[in-house]
Formats: sequence, structure tokens, C-alpha cells
Amino acid sequence: MLDKDNRYPISRADWVVILIYVLLLAFGWFSICGASHEIGDTDFFSWDTRTGKQLVWIGLSFCLGFVLLMTDDRYFENLADLLYWVMMIILLITPFIAKDIKGSKSWISLGSVSLQPAEFAKCITALALAKLINHYGFSLDNMRNFFRAAALVLLPMVLIVMQRETGSALVFLAFFFMFYREGMPGSFLFTATAAVAYFVIGIRFSGDIVPYTHTAVGEFVVLILIWLFTAGMTAVYCPRTNHARFLFLWGGVATLVAYLVSCFVVPFDVAWVQVAVCIGMAAYMTWQALGERLGKYALIAFFTLGSTAFLYTADYTLNNVLEPHQQTRVRVLLGMEENISGAGYNVNQSKIAIGSGGLEGKGFLNGTQTKLKYVPEQDTDFIFCTVGEEEGFIGSAAVLLLFLTLILRLIYLSERQVTKFGRVFGYSVLSIIFFHVLINVGMVMGLMPVIGIPLPFFSYGGSSLWGFTLLLFIFLRIDAASKAKVRTR
Amino acid sequence: MSDERNFVGRKFVLGGIAVVVIIIYLIRLFTLQLMSDDYKKNADSNAFLKEIQYPSRGLIMDRQGRLMVYNESSYNIMVVMNEQHGIDTLDFCETMGMTKDEYIQRMLEIKARPNYSRFTPQLFKSQIPAEEFSVLREKLFRFNGFSIEKRSVRHYTTSLGAHVLGDVGEVNDKDIEEDDYYQSGDYIGKLGVERSYEKQLRGEKGMRIMLRDVHGRIKGHYQDGKYDKAPVPGQDITLSIDMDLQALAEKLLEGKLGAIVAIEPATGEVLCMASSPTYDPRQMVGRDRGKNHRLLSQDPMKPLLNRAIMGTYPPGSTFKITQALLGLQEGIITPDISFPCSHGFNFRGLHLGCHGHASPINLVPAIGTSCNAYFCWNLYRMFSNRSKFASVQDAMTCWKDHLVAMGFGYKLGIDLPGERRGMIPNAKYYDDHYNKSWNALTVISISIGQGEVTATPLQIANLAATVANRGHYYIPHVVHSIKGGQLDSVYLTPRRTNVDRRWYDYAVAGMRRAVLSGTCRAANIPGIEVCGKTGTAQNRGHDHSAFMGFAPMNDPKIAVVAYIENGGFGAVYGVPIGALIMEQYLNGKLSPESEKKLETLRNKHITYGDYVR
Repeated sequence: MLDKDNRYPISRADWVVILIYVLLLAFGWFSICGASHEIGDTDFFSWDTRTGKQLVWIGLSFCLGFVLLMTDDRYFENLADLLYWVMMIILLITPFIAKDIKGSKSWISLGSVSLQPAEFAKCITALALAKLINHYGFSLDNMRNFFRAAALVLLPMVLIVMQRETGSALVFLAFFFMFYREGMPGSFLFTATAAVAYFVIGIRFSGDIVPYTHTAVGEFVVLILIWLFTAGMTAVYCPRTNHARFLFLWGGVATLVAYLVSCFVVPFDVAWVQVAVCIGMAAYMTWQALGERLGKYALIAFFTLGSTAFLYTADYTLNNVLEPHQQTRVRVLLGMEENISGAGYNVNQSKIAIGSGGLEGKGFLNGTQTKLKYVPEQDTDFIFCTVGEEEGFIGSAAVLLLFLTLILRLIYLSERQVTKFGRVFGYSVLSIIFFHVLINVGMVMGLMPVIGIPLPFFSYGGSSLWGFTLLLFIFLRIDAASKAKVRTR
Repeated sequence: MSDERNFVGRKFVLGGIAVVVIIIYLIRLFTLQLMSDDYKKNADSNAFLKEIQYPSRGLIMDRQGRLMVYNESSYNIMVVMNEQHGIDTLDFCETMGMTKDEYIQRMLEIKARPNYSRFTPQLFKSQIPAEEFSVLREKLFRFNGFSIEKRSVRHYTTSLGAHVLGDVGEVNDKDIEEDDYYQSGDYIGKLGVERSYEKQLRGEKGMRIMLRDVHGRIKGHYQDGKYDKAPVPGQDITLSIDMDLQALAEKLLEGKLGAIVAIEPATGEVLCMASSPTYDPRQMVGRDRGKNHRLLSQDPMKPLLNRAIMGTYPPGSTFKITQALLGLQEGIITPDISFPCSHGFNFRGLHLGCHGHASPINLVPAIGTSCNAYFCWNLYRMFSNRSKFASVQDAMTCWKDHLVAMGFGYKLGIDLPGERRGMIPNAKYYDDHYNKSWNALTVISISIGQGEVTATPLQIANLAATVANRGHYYIPHVVHSIKGGQLDSVYLTPRRTNVDRRWYDYAVAGMRRAVLSGTCRAANIPGIEVCGKTGTAQNRGHDHSAFMGFAPMNDPKIAVVAYIENGGFGAVYGVPIGALIMEQYLNGKLSPESEKKLETLRNKHITYGDYVR
């Protein structure tokens, strides 16, 4: 039922995105050649090899993309809810019918190929979310609406965690980037960032002592951050009052005096004074909240107390809540432990692989780290090592810049959507891709914890490739329709 | 749609986050890939297994090209600690014939090595003989991390020439530190020619770079062997030593302490160099080397000492030749001048004895009869000559310079390790010793090769060669030629002494006179004009017996020194031994009478009760 303007959507597809997509796929395939290549074996096209299979997946992806571009865009919105619930059922039953592969029960085997439903759940959740947020009057500012949207994200996350695929589940956190764009209060994002900062700084520097005091550096710095954040938030949310200046001044004076006393009179634990400052600030804001009847003040007080409590529970969380292997991963990541043969082995070898590439790399198929299997999971999660080793700084920087271009281009395309549905879906797509790149590349370079998620368009595997192709081409189709609508208007 | 406008700005926040993250990652990439070499080195050490290929060590031949030292295969057991676990230690110990404690001890030793790495093969046990190896080879697959390395071990065709040939042993920490060619477990020449020609004999190790995967499996040659290096075999060395002469010399020294050195005057090549007691070089090979070496080094007779170059002895009367030469050169004496000798040198209450002979006596007969008085007068006149030398110190300096030019007082520089320099005192030595109040009479005994003067047998042999050459010598050396290489040019350059050639003729005449009618008549060989000089060196014990000589007089082919510790008069041991050496070399065999003499000398043993030296 194609109308006149919608008849040739493929001619209106964004060719910049398609070009980047093809480039990434090509680069990715060559990287898989390098990673899975056995010495003396030169047949890259045989079905028996990973490269041969990947070539088939790529070919099928092109077909999938073409089909998607030819589909009527209205189907996506209309079928979103149905698809979502069907998907949830599939996710629910997956662990019961899946084979156990390295502890993960997420693969459904269909003959000679296996599919991972979780990879497709991302796309379908994105559609469902877009449809939900597209409802007239729906606003993420509204707590009720926000929780509805959040529930749509959390349900598949929980189901995927049950398949013991924590990495894939974490990817759903990417939707919060999109939520932010759609009006989720910025304090959510800020709070999350602050929590990560507290955790990292507090744990990493818990062993060092601030000179002339009995206070740990981590504790000291985090408490100063809490003081600054509280004063800062007060300045942002209550711009026309003197509260911010008051908090900033007295908090600073108290901390400084405590530090000087510790330096010149008698050394003591300055943190006591800092905690007292934080509690004092919270009490002050609560008092103001009661006096002026402003919920914002109460929230700031809550933030201050919550932050302080978080700081003192982070250590407990690390040592008591996390599993031992997760604790080690965190410590290794924070540089508190050198564990080259154990938990740090993979990352160490992957850093060696990337680092040994130099400026120009060792050349196609000449990487020793990858070819000789020193890097684990080298054609899936650690595929970026091969790029680093064989193509060097030039190649890997090019790949990162391609991804950046893709993400910025998708932001541009999303912003020009005429429907909220299109924009929400576009942001979902770019958020997911960004999240994957952020975690995956960060992981192989030792900047992020080891979370097993693939690098979009690079990692070997049909499911993940098709998952990303679906995301990208559904959005391109919506964008093509959007362009047509703009033209007819 | 109204609230939507509020959030449009957030696209910049999200885009900004993406840009910042990618920039951070680019910086990280930059530091990983371009700031440090460590990752590259790490990757290489992961992937490249550098297999060392050992070259065969150069062979050693005698001057006739007869083989003296060659190589045979032996097997070293290597272990890679990182891969060695879960093996049946008991079975392994049983196969190796060791106890579990020894095994644990050995492992601890390996880990304590300075260059220890748990990823590279470490020497576990060296030089397994073939039969033990065959047992182990069958079981080897069961012992993870253990491997066999084929090496070669030195073999000697005879027991001759231990001091010259030297031996080969495992490198020590110092060797590794000094030359990074060596790695733990490598062999290096320890003594003798093996040490001094180590660089030529060892060749160059080769290397194959293999690719090794994460499980340690070899996946082939790196870059198809483009960077592999084939080993370069060591160069073969031909010694100037004559095995027959060496065998004779060692026979003659049996039961005595001392040394025999023979030099070809025209080239400075050492024809034989024997030191007694000696040892069988075959003892110093293989796994027992350490034990045998310890035994030898604890032996009070010091068999490891090469007395020919490390023993410093008073040269005794052989030294008189130098005194005659420098006296003539400095004009202290003339060939015709005579000095009185009334059973010795008597002057101002000083008496230095001599044996009975005609008096007064001039130069040639004085050498012939080895007159002490003549050479005391010579030195006295030189050191008291104030018209020629401003002070006794100046005279002493002149005297010392002559001797240094003749090769005394400093190492000659033979191509063997451990040479000693001997002692030629200088003016400062006596100034310090006698608080500057000394004169010719104080030091008179140096004129007859006693007192403070000491020299190695090699230096005395070099004197004989210099006289034979009438005034020049080549630095003595034991290597005749290096296959594919060249002898150091210092051995090919003649060195002149400071004495004119014409004065040497008188020294030759004196030495000829000694053989014809003087102290060493027993050195005469029918048909050959032999020149010689005895030496009887006083020392704390019984006198040392020495002889130096050369032959034939007018076309010298051999200069020889025999120095027998505590052998008594020079004529007792030194002369007959020297004569036999010359006869053997010049005639290629011994006459029947000489064979008898040889048997007598061989069976004459000297008893060294409380051995001092």
C-alpha cells in the first residue's frame, strides 16, 4: 500500500549512514580474517571458517537492510507492542530451551546456526519505547510516565540476566541516554555520574593518607565533592537565593579550619568535620524546604545525605555484595591489583596486542598476539585488538572516528524527525551503538571493566550483526518516510 | 510539543559526551601504541621462541696437522619452569638417577640464577651420556616442560698439553656480565688456548625465530625464516706445538716439578710447552669437570699451574748472557778485557764464590765456565761508573731498560692466559728498600740472576731465542695459524733489543764454548752445533737446575729452556733434558744412546718433602 511519496524510500535513505555501515562491515570482516586466521590457511571464503560464515551473515544483513527499506514504515509503530510481548515470551523461555555455552543460556539453536534473542530484544524494546513515549501528553518529567518507560526497559533486562548474560542486559541502560534527551530530569544522569565518581575515587584512594591528617585521600576528596555538588546544585536549582553562597562559604571554611588544625595543632581525622559539614548542609536545606515549601530543597538534602551514605557503603558493597571474581575485576580495573595471570590476563594481553601495533600496525594477517591466540575471544568481544595490532594507531583511530561520525550523524537525523516516534527510536539506536562502543573499546584498552558485549559491525556473529542492522535500517526507513513527509508538507 | 523545546539543547550534551569519550579513547590509543615500546617487546616475547643453534667449536691441531681436540655429541636436559608442573617427579627422579631432595635442590638452584626466567629453557642437567639419554628420550613426552638440547663436548686425542690446550666449562655469572653473547648454560674456554682463542673457536650462535601460540605450540617460522640466522662454526686452530716434542717433554718431566719450553727462534712459535706436574685434559670434560677441577686445585703440587708461564724463578746463570750483552753495549767491558777470579768475587770484604777455573778470564771463557766473579765485576764497574752515569740510580735504570727490552720484567704477551711478569728490580725498588743508601755491591747478586731477579721459563726461553736470532725476537705464541683467520700482528712483528747485533756474536761464542768445553758439555749432540748455558739457581731449598740453549748455532731452528725445581746443578737435569729436546726436534728421533738417557731421566724422580713453592 505504498503511496506516491513513499514509493521509493530507498532513494531517500541516508547514504552517509549506509556508507559508514558498509565501511565498518568491511573493516570488521578484515579484522575477523586477522583474528581467526590460522597460519598457513588462506581460504577466507569457505563455510568452514569463521570468515566465510561472517561473509554470509554480512550478505544476509544487506538483504535484511534492503527488505527493511522497502517495508511500509507504519508497520513498525503498529506492531511494536505485539512484537515486544512476543519477544518477552521468547526471552522468558530461552533459558529453558537453550544449550549451556560457557555458563550462558541465551542461544537458541536452529539447525546449524544459533540465534541469541537478546540481540533482537534491544531493537524491539526500542520500538516499544518509541511508541510509548510517542503517546500524546506523555512526558518523562512525570514520574508515573517515567516509571512506565523504565519498566519497559527493566523487564527485558531482568529476563536477560536470567539467561546469565549480564553484559547484554547492561546494554539496556543505554536507553537512559535517550530518556535524558526526552526529558528525564538531568539530576538522574548527574546522580549516576556522581555515584560512579564516588565509588571509583573512594575505593581507589582509600589506602593513601592526606598529609598531616588521619584521613584517607579517597574519603577526603569525595566529601569535598559532595560539598561542592551540594552547593552547585543549590546554585543551579535556586538561582535567586543566597543559599548556595552560604553553603559554599561555611562548608569551605569549616573544612579548611579542620585541615589547618590537623596540620599545625594536632593531627586528627578531618573526615569527621567533613561529614558534619555534609549533615549540616542537609539539615540546612531540609530546614529551608520546610520553611519555603520547596520540594527541590528536600531533594538536594536527600542528595547530600544519600551521597554521604553511598560513600560509606561503597566499600561494604565491594567487599560483601559483589562476587569475588567481580571484586577482583573492579580492583584490577582500578589499578589496585596486578593480576596478569588471573583476572587481568585478558586485558593485559589485549593491551599488549593494541600497544604492539604502533603507528602503522604490523600489517594485515601479521598480528602475532591475535594470530597466536594470546588474546581471548579475539574475533568477538576483543576484536578491536586485531584492529589495533594489525592496523596500528592510524587504523584504530579511523575506526573510532567512523563510529563517532555515525553517532553524530544519527543525532542529526534523529533531531530532524517529524514524529516523536522517529526521534525516540533514532536516539535509542545511537545510544545502543554508543554504549557498545563505550564499553567494548574501553574494555580492550583497560579503561572499562570486562563486560562481554560485542563491538557493533565488527564482532563475529550473525545475531549481533542482524540486531544492529535491524536497529539501523528500521531507523533509516523511518527517516526516509520522515523526509518524504517534510517534502509533501 | 511545548515542553519539547526545553530539551532540544540536550542533543549537544549527548553529542558532547560521545565526542569526549572518543577523544579520551584516542588519547588512550595514543599512549598505548605510540608512547612506549614495552607492549611491542611484550608481544614479541610472547610470540617468538628464539631457538638458539649452537655452532660446532673449532678443532685444535698440532703443528703437523694432527688432531688434538675435537667435538662429540652430548645432551643437555633443559626445563621451562612455567610449563613444568604436574609431572611424576618420582618417575622423573628415577629415570634421571637422582633423589627427590636433589631434584628439589636443583630446582631451587635454577630459580636463583641471575638471568632466570620461567618462560625460557633453563639448564637442568648438562652433558648426559648417550646411554642415559636413550632411556630418558623414551619417557620425555611424559615430563612436561623438559626438553633435550643437543650440544657438543670436547674430546682430546691424547693426554698431552693440558696447560696449553686448556679446557671448556659452563659460563659463570662474570662471563655473562662481561659479554652478552653468553647465556646461562653456555660453554666458554676456561684455560689455555680454549680461553685465549675463545672468540675464534666458539664461532657464532645461530638463531631460529619460531612462532609460539598461547599454549606453547610451535606454529612455524617467523616471516618464513627471513630473520633466522645460521650458526657459524668455530675456526679450526693449528698450534705451533709439536706433539712428538710435547710428548717427550712431558715424559722428561715425570716425577719432577718444572717446565720445558721450546721456541722456534725465526718465528717465536712455541714448539713445546710442558709443565709438571700435569693432568689429563680428558678429566676436565663432562659432568665430572667440577669435581676433578676442585681436586686439582686443592693439590699442593699445583698441577693446574702452568709453570712455563706462571712460575717465576731466579734465572741463575742463564741470566749472565744478558749481563754480558748489556755490559758490551754500554762499553763497560770489551770482549778482551779480563777480570780476576780467585774462587769468586772478593771486594771490600764481600765474597761471592765461584768454582775453580783459570784466572784472570775474559768474556767468552767466562760465559763458558759461568764465572761469577767476571759478571760481578761487570755490574760493579757499571754501577760505580760515575763518568757515564750520574748516580747508581741512573745506572740501574739503564740496566733495567736493557732487560725490559730483552723481554724481562713484564709479561711477554704470549697467547695464553695467566702469564706472570717476573721481576726486574728498578732503582726505586732499592731506594725504597735500602732508604736510598745502596750501591753496586748491595745488589751485586742480580748480576748472576739471583737476588730480586726472577723470570718465567718462557722469558728465559725467549732470551735463548733472541741470542739465536742475534738480537731480535718475536713474541712467543702457541698458535701457528687460524683457519679462515689471521694471527694477531703483534706475533708477526720482530722486536729488537737495545744491544747491537755484533755483541750477540760474543754471547753465541760463549754459549758455544760452554757446550764444547764449559759447563754444559753434556748438551753436545753429534753433528749439530749446539749452544747452551747452564743455570744453577739458589733458593731456599735445594738449587734449581736450569739450562737454556739453541741449535744449530748458525741456523737456529730451536731454542729451549728446561727448568727443574730443586734439581741441583744445571748439568744434572737441565742440560740432558734440553739436549734431548733439541735432538728430537732437529733429528726427528732420538739416537739409541739418547733413548737410554731418556729412560734414565724419566725414572729419576725428585722427592719434594715439604713443598714450598
